[in-house]
Amino acid sequence: MVKSTSKDAQDLFRSLHSAYSATPTNLKIIDMYVVFAVFTALIQVAYMALVGSFPFNSFLSGVLSCVGTAVLAVCLRIQVNKENKEFKCKTIVTNLGGIVAMFVIAV
Amino acid sequence: MAAVESLPPGTPSAMRNAFGTVLSALILVLIGVLAFSIRLFSVIKYESVIHEFDPYFNYRVTQFLSKNGIYEFWNWFDDRTWYPLGRVIGGTVYPGLTLTAGTIWWVLNSINIPLSVETVCVFTAPVFSAFASWATYLLTKEVKGSGAGLAAAALLAMVPSYISRSVAGSYDNEAVAIFALIFTFYLYIKTLNTGSLFYATLNAIAYFYMVCSWGGYTFIINLIPMHVLLCIVTGRYSPRLYIAYAPLVVLGTLLAALVPVVGFNAVLTSEHFASFLVFIIIHVVALVYYIKGILTPKMFKVAVTLVVSIGLVVCLIVVAVLVALVASSPTGGWSGRSLSLLDPTYASKYIPIIASVSEHQPPTWPSYFMDINVLAFLVPAGIIACFSPLSDASSFVVLYIVMSVYFSGVMVRLMLVLAPAACIMSGIALSQAFDVFTGSIKYQLSSKSKDNAEDNTSTKNAPKDDASSGKTDKGEEVSKERSSKKGKKKEREPAEKLSVKSKIVKKKALVLPLEASIVALLLLIMLGAFYVIHCVWAAAEAYSAPSIVLTSQSHDGLHVFDDFRESYAWLSHNTDVDDKVASWWDYGYQTTAMANRTVIVDNNTWNNTHIATVGTAMSSPEKAAWEIFNSLDVKYVLVVFGGVIGYPSDDINKFLWMVRIGGGEFPHIKEADYLRDGQYRIDSEATPTMLNCLMYKLCYYRFVETDGKGYDRVRRTEIGKKYFKLTHFEEVFTSHHWMVRIYKLKPQKNRIRGRVKKLKQKTSSGVSSKSVKKNPWM
Repeated sequence: MVKSTSKDAQDLFRSLHSAYSATPTNLKIIDMYVVFAVFTALIQVAYMALVGSFPFNSFLSGVLSCVGTAVLAVCLRIQVNKENKEFKCKTIVTNLGGIVAMFVIAV
Repeated sequence: MAAVESLPPGTPSAMRNAFGTVLSALILVLIGVLAFSIRLFSVIKYESVIHEFDPYFNYRVTQFLSKNGIYEFWNWFDDRTWYPLGRVIGGTVYPGLTLTAGTIWWVLNSINIPLSVETVCVFTAPVFSAFASWATYLLTKEVKGSGAGLAAAALLAMVPSYISRSVAGSYDNEAVAIFALIFTFYLYIKTLNTGSLFYATLNAIAYFYMVCSWGGYTFIINLIPMHVLLCIVTGRYSPRLYIAYAPLVVLGTLLAALVPVVGFNAVLTSEHFASFLVFIIIHVVALVYYIKGILTPKMFKVAVTLVVSIGLVVCLIVVAVLVALVASSPTGGWSGRSLSLLDPTYASKYIPIIASVSEHQPPTWPSYFMDINVLAFLVPAGIIACFSPLSDASSFVVLYIVMSVYFSGVMVRLMLVLAPAACIMSGIALSQAFDVFTGSIKYQLSSKSKDNAEDNTSTKNAPKDDASSGKTDKGEEVSKERSSKKGKKKEREPAEKLSVKSKIVKKKALVLPLEASIVALLLLIMLGAFYVIHCVWAAAEAYSAPSIVLTSQSHDGLHVFDDFRESYAWLSHNTDVDDKVASWWDYGYQTTAMANRTVIVDNNTWNNTHIATVGTAMSSPEKAAWEIFNSLDVKYVLVVFGGVIGYPSDDINKFLWMVRIGGGEFPHIKEADYLRDGQYRIDSEATPTMLNCLMYKLCYYRFVETDGKGYDRVRRTEIGKKYFKLTHFEEVFTSHHWMVRIYKLKPQKNRIRGRVKKLKQKTSSGVSSKSVKKNPWM
């Protein structure tokens, strides 16, 4: 039972890997950015767990801004993805620029 | 908005579209003017004055803002209220309303229109209600089409529940907040429908404006996650849902934490946990859909089993930790007011102040009919119409109305949140009904005049379209109906058509007979007319009273009772600037704003013990009350008394609440001491505690001189103790109709006779009285 599960798990990871490498490069760049942003947020949480949360404002703003740019990057990816039938236009980049600017102001 | 299929795309349909747009714009302008002018009754009947109690505080804050600028306002510590504690205004007030009115005043003054701050404050609410009806138009247009939008906007402009909180002069948070609420919902639905990040950002900014304006923003931040969850559970997940929700949560929480009142509550209190929970859930769902898209079905099954087995264990651990954290705080992390929404009996058991506010009581059935009138019947029809094609947007409005009906049942103040939902639903219902009827009429007439089969097939499509969509063409039809309803011109046309012979040959499934349609149209128009009549009556008679000025009609004309302003003016002219005035908390805001004196407690009611101190003082005998007031540096005591003219909201009627709140903190005040056989009386059968307490004495001092018998018009009896003198207070002012009475604390006597002997007696008998609860004030 365990052997078949581990064999299944290996098959699963292989198929995931092969399917993912088929995605176009620009989407992979966005994915890297998302991973980077989430990683930064996690580092900040670990730091807070170590050192304490005294300036809670800075902790909040740091974590939420990282999570925020990750979310917005995911939205960009959704809109740019050619396989997504609901969005036809690819010129959302200027839109994202405006969004990120307002986002920075908000922080 | 697609054009009708049967017409070829060309100039005729473009002309009709243009005509429809212009007509819609014109109708919207008229609706705005209607919304503004129906709220002006109080200005016409009385004067341009600020109403009630809470608006006076907002007015005072706006005055401060306009005089001192925004930095002073942000850091303002008010020392003229809650003496000696003070109040941090910058951190405890929702700044949206004052900032909005301050900005309007500043803009107008800088283009040289010199309106005073008071005028701007009085008229802010009607202006924003016009904006709110336009926002309702936009929201309903996203759900069902512009015809429904116009109907909903017209209904919202007049709905009595909204009028009651936004008349000219009612300068309160809800005036701006309802507009912000509807606008935020509109932007959310627009993002959901289009999936554009631009609207998602606007949504977050509108949500920020809502958080600035009203504590009811928690309704939004809980309703939207509920809707997202509903969409996911019913299988309507789509990338647009992610774009609509995820940026809102992150940006919205960031922006909400910027408002000082909310601050860290935006991430720490239970009211926001729902949004974070659904944030996590939507990410999980998005990931699942993504993996499903790139894997074969067999591999997907393997992935699911693997993830579920591991993930379940992790989830259980996390949930257990969360539950332990939340359960460790006494209220589970909820604030008192929110908890009383979930458990309506909570407030009456634990926090009598919340229970005592009349706005927090559950509404009675007649108040539903009074406040939303005809809409109460149209709402179920609208709910059904929302299901005929169920889209994301229509499921949202259904969820909105269900939740708002539940909450309005808990607290009568939340009927205000129900009003826009009811208007949207009724607008949808009315518009659908009009579609069906006018489509039937059109079909019947066209099938009578042309009888070849081809036209039958083409018009066969038209009735089906009518019932299930609101396209521009039909929108024009409905808007024509709406505009002619005001002119009553359409009634002549059906009458002419009735004279034509009307034997119908073919019956299609969704087509109604001609006479039935015409009669139904007429009845619907009459229903609308009754609604309008009721709304205008409610606005003029029921909701326009400024409650700082009272009027009554009698056989010798109109009497005006301006006692409140008379006494506040007396206070401001005849006392020192630093004198402290003690009264019950209802009058705190008005005293600081109009009389400009420091008060002990006011309507903010944030410190229960301080209020209980004042309540105890009012319920104690004169000497004890003098001690309490002297310890608080009070110079003057103000009571409101309605016995001479029959004003029912006076302090004697509120007295039992003073006893209860005081007794909640100081156990020597027991409510049973003031009741005779469980009844609250002030006549000769009243208890001696009642007849000796300060409130009784201050209200009825010299009362017997008015009519010789001391007959109290509100309680409808003669009072118990008629002839008595005050030992520790002296009367300094009684207003014209005896409504407001002001007393001054007498200074302490220089020499107290018999004091030494009393001390000796006390020390000898002090040992025996240990078991009795000591009065801390003696």
